This record gives sequence, structure tokens and C-alpha cells, in this order.
Amino acid sequence: MARTRGINARRRRRLNVFRTVVLVLLGVFFLTPLFAMFEFTTRGDTPSSPRSLAAWGEIASAPNLISSIVTSLGLAVITSVAMIVLLVPTMIWVRLRLPRLFRVIEFLCLLPLTIPAIVLVVGLAPVYLWVTYFFGDSALTLSFAYVILVLPYTFRALDAGMSAIDVRTMSEAARSLGAGWTTVMFRIIPPNMRAALLNASLLSVALVLGEFTLANLLNFLNLQVEINQLGQANAPVSIAVALGSLLFAFALLVSLSFVDRPRGSSAPPDEGLIAPLAPVENATWGQQA
Amino acid sequence: MTEAVGVATLGTGRAGVQVRLEDLRRRYAGVSALDGFSLTLEPGELIALLGPSGCGKTTALRLVAGLEDADGGQVVVDGKDVTGLPANKRDMGMVFQAYSLFPHMTARQNVAFGLRLRGVKSSERKQRAGDMLDLVGLSAQADRYAHQMSGGQQQRVALARALAIRPKVLLLDEPLSALDAKVRAQLRDEIRRVQLEVGTTTLFVTHDQEEALAIADRVGVMRAGHLEQLDAPGTVYSRPQTPFVAEFVGLSNRIPAMVSGKTAEVLGVHLPLVDETTSDGPAIAIVRPEAFTLAGTIGDTSLDAPLAGTVIATAFLGAVSRITVDLGGGLTVMAQLPTSEASAYPAGTAALLHLRTDAVLVTREAAVVPAPGPAAAAVENVGRAG
Amino acid sequence: MALDLAEATSTPADGRPAKGGRRRLPLAWLGGVPFIGYVSIFLLLPTAIVIFGAFLKGNGGGFTLDNLKSLNQDYVRSAFENSVILSAASALIGAVVGGVFAYVIATGRRDGTMRRIVTSACGVLAQFGGVTLAFAFIATIGGAGFITVFLANHGIDIYSDGVWLYKLNGLVLVYTYFQIPLMVLVFLPAVDGIRPQWREAAESLGGTTWHYWRHVAGPLLFPAFIGSALLLFANAFSAYATAAALVSQGGIIVPLQIGNSLSSEVIVGQQNYGKALAFGMIVVVAIVMALYVVLQRRTTKWLK
Repeated sequence: MARTRGINARRRRRLNVFRTVVLVLLGVFFLTPLFAMFEFTTRGDTPSSPRSLAAWGEIASAPNLISSIVTSLGLAVITSVAMIVLLVPTMIWVRLRLPRLFRVIEFLCLLPLTIPAIVLVVGLAPVYLWVTYFFGDSALTLSFAYVILVLPYTFRALDAGMSAIDVRTMSEAARSLGAGWTTVMFRIIPPNMRAALLNASLLSVALVLGEFTLANLLNFLNLQVEINQLGQANAPVSIAVALGSLLFAFALLVSLSFVDRPRGSSAPPDEGLIAPLAPVENATWGQQA
Repeated sequence: MTEAVGVATLGTGRAGVQVRLEDLRRRYAGVSALDGFSLTLEPGELIALLGPSGCGKTTALRLVAGLEDADGGQVVVDGKDVTGLPANKRDMGMVFQAYSLFPHMTARQNVAFGLRLRGVKSSERKQRAGDMLDLVGLSAQADRYAHQMSGGQQQRVALARALAIRPKVLLLDEPLSALDAKVRAQLRDEIRRVQLEVGTTTLFVTHDQEEALAIADRVGVMRAGHLEQLDAPGTVYSRPQTPFVAEFVGLSNRIPAMVSGKTAEVLGVHLPLVDETTSDGPAIAIVRPEAFTLAGTIGDTSLDAPLAGTVIATAFLGAVSRITVDLGGGLTVMAQLPTSEASAYPAGTAALLHLRTDAVLVTREAAVVPAPGPAAAAVENVGRAG
Repeated sequence: MALDLAEATSTPADGRPAKGGRRRLPLAWLGGVPFIGYVSIFLLLPTAIVIFGAFLKGNGGGFTLDNLKSLNQDYVRSAFENSVILSAASALIGAVVGGVFAYVIATGRRDGTMRRIVTSACGVLAQFGGVTLAFAFIATIGGAGFITVFLANHGIDIYSDGVWLYKLNGLVLVYTYFQIPLMVLVFLPAVDGIRPQWREAAESLGGTTWHYWRHVAGPLLFPAFIGSALLLFANAFSAYATAAALVSQGGIIVPLQIGNSLSSEVIVGQQNYGKALAFGMIVVVAIVMALYVVLQRRTTKWLK
């Protein structure tokens, strides 16, 4: 008797079976290549030789590799800092004093989604002749372009952070207590959006560490370009580094999803890298805030 | 089923059917949500299930709708056991808390949806949807989408949609809880008017006692998966059968009492007990504010009033006012009296109090809703969210 | 600071500067200058170089359509064709599989660990293009790949018709690896927007599961689905790194041809050929993205 009428329960069970099957299949699809990479790095020189982690050890003894890792980390740091210095004061200022410019800033920040890196690099090549002229030919000059590449992602993260704290009220409160604009912009608002700043920085770091297109076509050596070149000479080592850098980015982005849990937040910050692609409508601020 | 045919009018008088919920049981992860719940709705009747959140009222409604499976018991509609039927074969109109309109359809298309599924011809569909929108007073908004309507309008459309299929039973799951106070009262009366007009047997679930008392033929007060009391609104309010009902419905004072024999001594007054089987000993008496009258100010020696205290607050509530009196010893009580009389007792007045000798309910349990502070007693009981 | 001079400008609630502050307004605008200046140099200028360059003669002089005409050659046309096929195929597979995946996640617990892990993983994998992805698939189904070797040991040769990993088919497979997670991320909000009340309302009105999908969930999700698929298309169309690492020779798709045009010797008079290619790419991506935005708007209206 008990089981004869479980229409809803039966449906739920069927759904659960379906969900499990889908999750398992996709899990296999997505984990296999990662496992295969690891498996590849443990192979010996010949098919019959025993498994070893030698390839991972060789990373340290590849001078080009180490220097490219240093380059990429340097790029990541410079890009994050430059992005924040450029974007944060502008966004605060626009919110407080130039609301009409908001749409323009938003458009410019999201534009790189429509101008892919492979297109941008065509126009950047002549610009970089001047960059090299003024700043030398260090690979770190790539940061200039990387700031542009990370804009769509960081803009959304920062915008969400600012919406959460009601910049306008905060600045009015500060100014009524005698703070000047500079105090508001640098000492009042940024400390209150630490999570958003961290979020935006981590996104920048993850993107810069994985960047290949610009570096390769502008002839700079960063981590990804080096991995690619090493791939021809020493596949196991290059695959080990590739896997390592991927896991590092993964750890960064997962930690990011834990950083950004504002108390009683409304919007789930799950979006991570996808935030810029979320509907444009969310840009409610000023009037409604 | 008799849907597509039928009269063009919206139904007249009491066309409802009887609905019986018999010994319904439902457990979630070992916790009992419904524990042998039985209830009979007479044809055309509107019963409101009232109770705090988690009391099982929504579960009961969803079992009737077929949206959840009962672990035991049955639902009988018009003499037929529908317990084994899936929701889409039960012929029940349901109105949800909010946001249940299909957002890609206009009000008219929403209302016509059930008819479309039943294969009603397009022209008749349109006609009937129009009639239903008329009934809820929204003919002018027929071509609007949900996002173009207010919350109250959306709920009216939802009501029209539920009724358009001429359901055997109308189920309302807290349909007003997402609306603001003014719209809520207005729509509440509207729902009642429409329900009386179509005569559909209706189960209405709410945590708002005012709503339940205003709309229902009978109110069922629920607690922990079972029915505490099922009576006409006036009876539930004036003659609660259990302390829980007394405290949950309306406002009450909790006053220390001493039970002995068939009476309880409350503030020096001996009151008869509602439940004469109560064992002797100390208890808490639950006393309505109306049971207290203010009998004059101190110095007015002509009066025989044993209770004296100081008025600490007067709350004007329209025709009546509520006066909080400090009786000393950490005890405050609320009295309710006509505003015209209350003006004689501003805060600070030393007043004499009189307690009517109605039968009293006593309890030895903690308050239904723990009072926020000792002085506030059960004030918060009114209009709180479940 | 100069900016402080603007302090006296009162700003009413609607955010527009008050009339009285007219004289000081230009100072406030200075605040936007650094950002706009930077973006002008590193984003707008390069974009302008591409767009105008596509119409300029290579020797620096005058307007011409020759660059665009040069796109009308067999190998360019086939590159565009291949790009469209690759993007469409990977977008279609990604959209269908990712759509189902998103549904599976949305029907789970919203605050569950599973959901958190999957969305975090998708966030990473959607960006997981480039060299690493190429290497991952080489290690999996390349000539000496894990799966290839495993299957070969069991008598199955996945390359009996030739090695396809480094061709268009291979790219489609590899691209699905980032397309599916991207689909999950862009489509999940729409699926989350589907309220359980709609299903229950449809049911109580007499609808079957089929009715529900046909009349309610289907029409509601359709614009979001198509929009997401378009986004996937644009994403695949503009991807360079993965293909570059996987396909070392030739330019079978447009991004690779653009890359080649930059790195190979410049033929005199053809300096702007790469810009014409890039311009063609902007046009395609811009159209697709515009459609995406339109469809996304509608979705937000319905599935807020």
C-alpha cells in the first residue's frame, strides 16, 4: 500500500537517476584529459621503463622555464595593480560625480569581449612599436595590453562590489563629516570593498597566467609561450608545467568563490569568470541604489 | 470530466463539492509534518488553515493538490478517492504565494492556459478567459504581462487562472503574504467575494490570523501536524479550546495563576476553568485584554476594584485603545477598551482594574511566541509573520 | 588636488549635477580622463587601426577595397568556412550538452556542495583554452595518448582513418571542452529563473510533463538557449590559442590565418591583409554578440 501511490516520489527518483548518469558521464569527460596529462608526465623514457615523477623534478632545472614563470608572475602582479589603480578611482568617481559616463565606461570595459585578443593583437602590433620605444622591450610591457584583456571580468567584479556598499550614501556620510573627495576615493570606499578588489585581482592573475595569444604574436616569452615551445623538445616537462599552472589557476578561482561571500548577499557570486557575460540589466545604481 | 461543456455563466450559488481529508500522514526525513490530519470541507465552504510556519498547513494543501505524496491516509473529493491521482488529473485550481504567472504569457493567455490544455476552442477560450478577468476586475489588463502588473494584480490573474478550469476545489497557498498590508486586505475581501460567487469549495492556507478570521467560514488552527481547533472565526477567537489557540489567535496576557479544584485564582479573582480536568498547582492563565476593564482612577472610592496599577502606555488603535498597566511585582497586563473611555487614562495615571469572571484557559507551557521583553507580554502576537 | 575644487557642486538625488554647478562641471569630467585615455591607446586605437587599416593601401596611402577583395580567395574562404563550421558545431554540442548539464545542476540543491564544485570548475574550464588544453588532449588521444594507447591495446584504432585530432574534427572535440562549461555558466541563471511554481501551476491546471515543457519551460528557456549558443559561437570563432598549439602548420581557421599574417614575412602591398581578416572577424563577432544581448534582455525580463 505504501508504495503504490508515490507518483511524485517516483518522478523524483527518475530525475535523480538521470542526474547521476549525466554527472558521471560529464565527470569522466572532463577528468580524463586531466588524468591523461598526469599519466603522461609519469611515463619513463621508453614504454617499458617504470613510472616516475622525474618530469616534475626537471621543471626546476629548466632555466628558460623558470624565467618565464617569473615573467608571468610579474605580469600578473603588475596587471592586477595597474588595473586597480586605473579602474577603481574611475569607477568610484563616475558613480559619485559623473553618472552619465557610467554607460560609456561600462561599454568600454565590455568591448574586449567583442574585440577578441587575436583581433586586438593585429592593431596592437604597431602600438607596441611605440611601447618598446618608450619602455624598452621587456616582456613585462605586455601588462599594458593585459589590463585591457582583464577589463570585462574585473569591471563586473568591482561593479558588484560597489553596488553592495552603496557608494553614494557612504561618500555623503563621509563628506558630511568633513572628508574631501580624495579621502572618500582612497580612504573611505576602497577599504569597504576589499572582497571585490581581491576578487578582481585573482581573476586578473588567473587570466594573465593563462594568456598565450598576445604574448606569442607580439613575440614575448611568457609562461604559456614557453610551455608551447618546450612541448616540441620535452613534452613530459611541458605537460607537467601546463598541468601545474592549471591547478594553480584552479586553486586561485576556487579560493575566489570562498572569498566573496558577503554577509546576507543577494546575488550568488558563483559567476567568477563569467560575470561580464551576465545580463547587462543588473547595472542598476545611482537612481535605485 | 465535464470541463469543456457547461454553462457560459460563471456558475451560480453553491456549486461546490465535499472534500474530505482523512488521516493524512506525511513525514520528511523522519520528522512528521502531518500526523493523522483529518478535515472535511462542506460543499462551497471556505476553510482557512491557520498556524505558525512548519505546522503542516502547506503540506496538507499540497497533499490535496497532489503535488506531494501522502505516506498514509486519503483525500476524497466528491465521494471519490483521488489520493492515487497525479496532480494534473485532480481538477484543482491552485493559487500560489507569488510569481506563479507564466511570464511569457499575457494575463489572458495565462487564464486561458488550463482551457487550452483541455482542448477548449480558441474562441470560447478567449471568451471564458475574458469573463474570468472580468470577475476579478482586470479586463483592462488582459493583454499585460506579469512584469507589467502589480503584485496584487498578478494574484488576481492567478485566481482567475485557477478558477477558469472550473475546478472542483480551489486551493490557496498564502496568496496574500507577498503583498503589502493595504492590498492584502483589499484582495482578501475580493477573493472571498469571488469565491462566494462561484461557490467552489476552498482551502485557504495562511499564517495571518486576521486574514483567516476575516475570510473563512471556518478556521482550522494547526499545530505540529494536527488540528487544534476547527470552528467558526468568532468561536475560535472568543472560545479557544486550547491555550495554543488562545495565544496564537488574538492577543493575550499571560498571568500567573493558582489552580485548585475547578477554578483558577488569577490576580486574586477566582475564575472557572475551561478545562476542568486541569490538575491543581501553579499555572499561567491566558487572559484576553478585553477581559480587563479600567474601573476608574485611584481615589474614586465608590468602586469595588481589587486591582490597582499604573498606566505605563496607551496605544491608540482606532475605535479601541490598548492600555498597558503595571500592577507591580514585575507584572504588566494589557486592557482593551473603547478609545472614548481610554482618554481618561493617560500614561502615569494610577488606575483601578477589573477582571471579568469568564472561564479561563490555563497552561503550563512556554509562550507560543516568546515575548521580546517582560513588559511587552504578548503584544507582538498581532500581525507578526509566521 | 584639482578635483577638490569641484567639491561645492551639489548633487541631487538623481545623480545629475545641479544647475548651479555648471561652471565647475568640466573639472568633474577630468576624473574620467586617465581611464579613457588609457583605453583609447590600448583598445580603441588598435581597434581603429584594424578597421581603418582594412580599407587602407598597404604603402600607407589612400582608401582601397583591395584588402577586403583579397579575402575572396579559396584558402581564405575555406578558412572562414572552417571557422564557421567549427564554431557552429562546437557551439551546438556545447549548448545541448551544457544545457542538460545546467538543468541537472539547477535541479539539485542550490546551496549544495555539488553545485559549488561544478560551478567553480566550470569557471576555470570555460577559460581553459590554449596550450594547456591542447596538451591535455594530445596526452589523452594524441598518437601516444592515454586513451589511444589503452584502446590500441584492446585492438581499437581510433585513427584508422588517419589522425584527426589536429584537423577540424579534432578541434571541434577539443573546443567542446571549454564550450560545455561556458554554456553551464551562461545558461544556468536562466534555468535557475524557472520557478517550481510554474511547473506546479501547469500541473494543477491539468498539464502533463510534456505540456509543461512544450508550453512553459521550453518557450521560456528558448531565447536564453539560443542566446547562449550564439555566445558560444562567438567564443569559438575568436579562439586562437588552442588551435595554434594544436595545429602547427597552415591556417585552417581564420584566427590561425591572422596569426600567420602577423608572424610570417610581409608581402609588399599585402601589409593590411591581416587587418582585413581581423576586420571580417570583428564583423562576425559583433553581429553575433549583438544578437546575444538582445536575446539576453528578453530572458532577464522573464526569468528575473
